[in-house]
Amino acid sequence: MRNAPLPLMLAILAAVFAFLYLPISVLVALSFNDGGLPTAWTGFSTRWYAELFSNADIIGAALNTLIVAVVSTILATLFGTLLAVGVEIRRRKGRFLETIIFAPMIIPDIVLAIALLSFFSLLGVTMGLHTIILAHVVFNLAFVCSVVRARLKTFDWSIVEASTDLGAPTLTTLRRVILPVLSPAIVAGALLAFTLSVDEFVIAFFTAGAGRASTTLPMQIFAMIRFGVTPEINALATIVMGISVLALTLSQRLNRGGLPGQ
Amino acid sequence: MRDRRPLYLMTPALGWLTAFMVVPCLLILGLAFFRRGLYGGIEYTLTWENIRLVFDPLYAGIFLKSAWIAGLSALIAVVLGYAAAYAIAAMPRRHQPLLLFFAVLPFWSNYLVRTYAWIVLLNREGLIVHLARLLGFEGELPSMLYTETAVVVGLVYNYLPFVILACYAPLSRLNPEVSEASRDLGAGGWTTFRRVVLPMTVPGIATGFTFVFVLSIGNFVTPALLGGGQFQMIGNLVYAQFLTANDWPFGAALSIFLIAIMMGLLTLQTFASEKASGGRNA
Repeated sequence: MRNAPLPLMLAILAAVFAFLYLPISVLVALSFNDGGLPTAWTGFSTRWYAELFSNADIIGAALNTLIVAVVSTILATLFGTLLAVGVEIRRRKGRFLETIIFAPMIIPDIVLAIALLSFFSLLGVTMGLHTIILAHVVFNLAFVCSVVRARLKTFDWSIVEASTDLGAPTLTTLRRVILPVLSPAIVAGALLAFTLSVDEFVIAFFTAGAGRASTTLPMQIFAMIRFGVTPEINALATIVMGISVLALTLSQRLNRGGLPGQ
Repeated sequence: MRDRRPLYLMTPALGWLTAFMVVPCLLILGLAFFRRGLYGGIEYTLTWENIRLVFDPLYAGIFLKSAWIAGLSALIAVVLGYAAAYAIAAMPRRHQPLLLFFAVLPFWSNYLVRTYAWIVLLNREGLIVHLARLLGFEGELPSMLYTETAVVVGLVYNYLPFVILACYAPLSRLNPEVSEASRDLGAGGWTTFRRVVLPMTVPGIATGFTFVFVLSIGNFVTPALLGGGQFQMIGNLVYAQFLTANDWPFGAALSIFLIAIMMGLLTLQTFASEKASGGRNA
């Protein structure tokens, strides 16, 4: 590949990066456009952000999103990490087990969404933030598990055996030997889970139940987009993107090359 | 000591997945074989009616249309993504991680926001129409939003980063000496690419294509936002059965086919990857 024509390669990169970044850059730029219209720049202003923060619906939705993301991240990080350690300790690799763990990452969100909606309504469970949390833990724990497992692949198991040979109980080994090595991967996994939860729309939409009380930020954004293009969405979109990008950059820094798919 | 302990470490997660994924999915499987109640509930008499209805020309047509949109999006995404991954792999090694990071970064920003960006660009009063006017286009420009093209553009845009990631993995592992050997033996640049590089990177292409296809065919956000109300894909159809038409058994039957298509493709992809890496050990 060293013989690849450099100008052509640079042109391809420029074109693809322009395609990826121009649309979202336009949004960010427009969020600071005083007039709010996409067709005319009328000066820099933060008024759309001010308007956003005085909108009670949006503040409520942001709080709901935060609750869902924090609780589901904590649960998913705990369960996902234990699962990863358990799976990697096991010598036999079961195909069935692998499928169950992999499934939440690839199952179409609409399928999981309607499955959970049917499940909760047949059980007569009143839906709300708690059901969104239950649902988010499903895919979040799979992602945490895959990030932690990636780290465990290069883990030196002999130090665990050394710890056991020296008489440490299982829990002590877990706490004093395994966890310290894994902590960057666990934090990276948690940040990833948090991002996924903050951004998740389809499953939340179906498991939120009736009424506005459990509207999350993506649900709010969806409703706003359907209602029409307004300058507030640009500001909200910029903030939401900023949060995801920040969390992901942190996650990547902590855990080089450990994101799913890499 | 190494074989008993894992069980209780895995219990919370596996219990959770069983309760909130496996059981609900099995429930959907069962639901598809019941009758729809008179007022939208479920009547517990067994029937093949819902499965049969999926093959009704109206619904089979929507399946085919969704498959066409998903296939087209996957194809375009693979061509663009492969080119981008190839270009990244051709850059100096030390720059590659950063380029890859920035190629994937948009993928982790909100899906709705990325789709919404295209509404801003494509709508009647949007940026592209405005630019076209500035460049001197007169008269009524054809609407770009709420078309099949808009949906395909939205899907390609949303999933391109993943394809770049999937194609980059095998490209970066490629041994440059293999290409050099091919050239030394007299093969031209294009022949080397087609006969040497491309076959060795099939797993990345298969993964990228499958991923885009699977996520596109069940998508309901992009058709709803960029396709407008009149545009239906399976995702929207399932959505409608559950939230507006209130025919849950039929919605469940549609979902089963969605899962079946997904599993079929994943099996094919695994097969393609194993076949590609089997003989050559790339």
